[in-house]
Amino acid sequence: MAPLEDSVTQTSQPDPPITPEIFQHLVRLAALALDDEEAEYLRGQLNKQLRAIRELASVDLPEGLPITSHGVPYPSETRPDLRRDEVKPSDKADAILEQVPEVEERFIVVPDISSTELE
Amino acid sequence: MRTEICELSAHEIVARLKAGDLTAESVLDATLARIEAVEGGTGTLEKAPNGQNGVHAYITLAEERALAQARAVDRALETGDDPGPLAGVPVAIKDIFCVSGTRSTAGSKILENFVAPYTATSVARLEAAGALTIGKANLDEFTYGSSNESSAFLPTPRNPWSASVVPGGSSGGSAAAVAAGEAALSLGTDTSGSIRQPAAFCGVVGLKPTYGRVSRYGLIAFASSLDCPGPLARNVRDVALMLQVMAGADPFDATAAKVPVTDYLDGIEGGVQGMRIGLSPDFSRLSYPDAGTGELRELTLQSEIERALMDAAERLAGQGAEIVEGVELPNARYGIPAYFVISRVEAASNLHRYDGVKYGYRHAGEAADLIELYRKSRGHGFGPQPKLRILMGMYVSGDQYEKRYYERALRVRTLVRQDFERAFERVDAVLAPTTPTTAFEFGRIYGDSVAMQYADYLTVPANHAGIPALSVPVGLDNSGLPIGMQLMGPDFSERKLLRIGRALELAVEWQESRPPLVRELVDA
Repeated sequence: MAPLEDSVTQTSQPDPPITPEIFQHLVRLAALALDDEEAEYLRGQLNKQLRAIRELASVDLPEGLPITSHGVPYPSETRPDLRRDEVKPSDKADAILEQVPEVEERFIVVPDISSTELE
Repeated sequence: MRTEICELSAHEIVARLKAGDLTAESVLDATLARIEAVEGGTGTLEKAPNGQNGVHAYITLAEERALAQARAVDRALETGDDPGPLAGVPVAIKDIFCVSGTRSTAGSKILENFVAPYTATSVARLEAAGALTIGKANLDEFTYGSSNESSAFLPTPRNPWSASVVPGGSSGGSAAAVAAGEAALSLGTDTSGSIRQPAAFCGVVGLKPTYGRVSRYGLIAFASSLDCPGPLARNVRDVALMLQVMAGADPFDATAAKVPVTDYLDGIEGGVQGMRIGLSPDFSRLSYPDAGTGELRELTLQSEIERALMDAAERLAGQGAEIVEGVELPNARYGIPAYFVISRVEAASNLHRYDGVKYGYRHAGEAADLIELYRKSRGHGFGPQPKLRILMGMYVSGDQYEKRYYERALRVRTLVRQDFERAFERVDAVLAPTTPTTAFEFGRIYGDSVAMQYADYLTVPANHAGIPALSVPVGLDNSGLPIGMQLMGPDFSERKLLRIGRALELAVEWQESRPPLVRELVDA
């Protein structure tokens, strides 16, 4: 499996397309089981999207231009006050547990959690 | 054509209820009768034949909840208590909002049976104001689309103006329900145009409020820095009425701004005399990737939309507005590429929580270990659009690409914002088409994720900038499909936008007519 770093180009050339190997790496990280047909469709679309975002590289960004994490600024007069960090009782535990697909008594059931022995 | 009770506007319903002409239960009955006549079956995960005759706006109907609410309103009226500013008004909730005790599916198999243990703030405020929660409206899966074709719940909604074209998305069920008289109001969400685009396609009014104006608490998150809950209605006054109820700070959402909520109906009939309204060439000449080669080409608007824009501007000028041409918003063209990056990174992060363990769909067969359970639950539970967003978000936020893509996109967003800040030094609002084309045919774009995203070309700049934008129907194209125009204004300028929107609605003489598919189904 080629790690993602292998696909990095240090030039201004467009990134190479996402290969089946890189795609499989992403799929593993994303924890998705895909069949072959779906995988091929998704990989094709990812590459199409990568071509579409290439346009960003051509944008002339002025030196020191800050990022915008969300459009509207939050000066102190409009920023909501943070709630006090205090514990409050909730009556929703049963309703939440009712949504769990598999429970035993009040414990959530999961299959084995794979682990690696540390030396 | 006689106006039926289910076709009354929200403010007419409230007025007639308070005058004793109507009961909330009769409004509910009329709405349920309309649903019976036109809905043709709500969406299901079964392989339903797509193309069944009907609007198919809903995934879940909440008749019992609505009946209890209607009776409470009627009791309040009888005893002389205030039943609330939305008393007896039927509302469709986009199925991306948690409503305690109802299924909240996000249009996805992965949440097929999820029953929310709590209610979204926006919905709680609507219900407290006397609204009737009619049901949960269909949408693109997790809101990922601009046609409503990606929902796991079939049949997907039709456009009430023509069964062969999409209602738009992602709030397609919301817009279709309101246009078809299956609700007077709908609560939608707009991340890149998901309220305004379907509103334009279905001939209704839709408002994306300023980011932070309406709480996101209880909204199943897509892109948290862009998501905006907002109203859809058949006229501008109803949008104002609904926003009034929902807007304002919320202790459960640290991004819901403390800015005071003004009276959105006050002065709404005041007209546009002396207002400066801008037109931007950057919203008429569009830079689009070629479907085959991906090379960028300059495209113009659909000719009827271009004409409708000029007509709307002239009519506003006729009402006393000053039209300012040549307002430059040159970075709007980068809205979609920047959105491809920012929204995917946020979506991937938000979708990690669906694991088949805590709630929602869990793979029923063998799973050797927890990781395999995750993979199979997510693999079978998510449709192609969420999968695509997760994979893209992970790719562009990888260590080695973060600077090139994610950080760059966030800086481009600054440029988009700065464009608007400069524009609003000159004008009160910018008038532009909501969409480059009117509603397109089913199957024409779906599957091509780039072409679908570009359907939001004209709406996404407002999301990047966080500013409010109001889409108003202004007429029909040569095929009889609605055309929408949007008004974009500075942060928290909803009151002014609604006033201009109301003037526009009157100036273009838009009639809240019964759309052809609805007429056909009602007559049948």
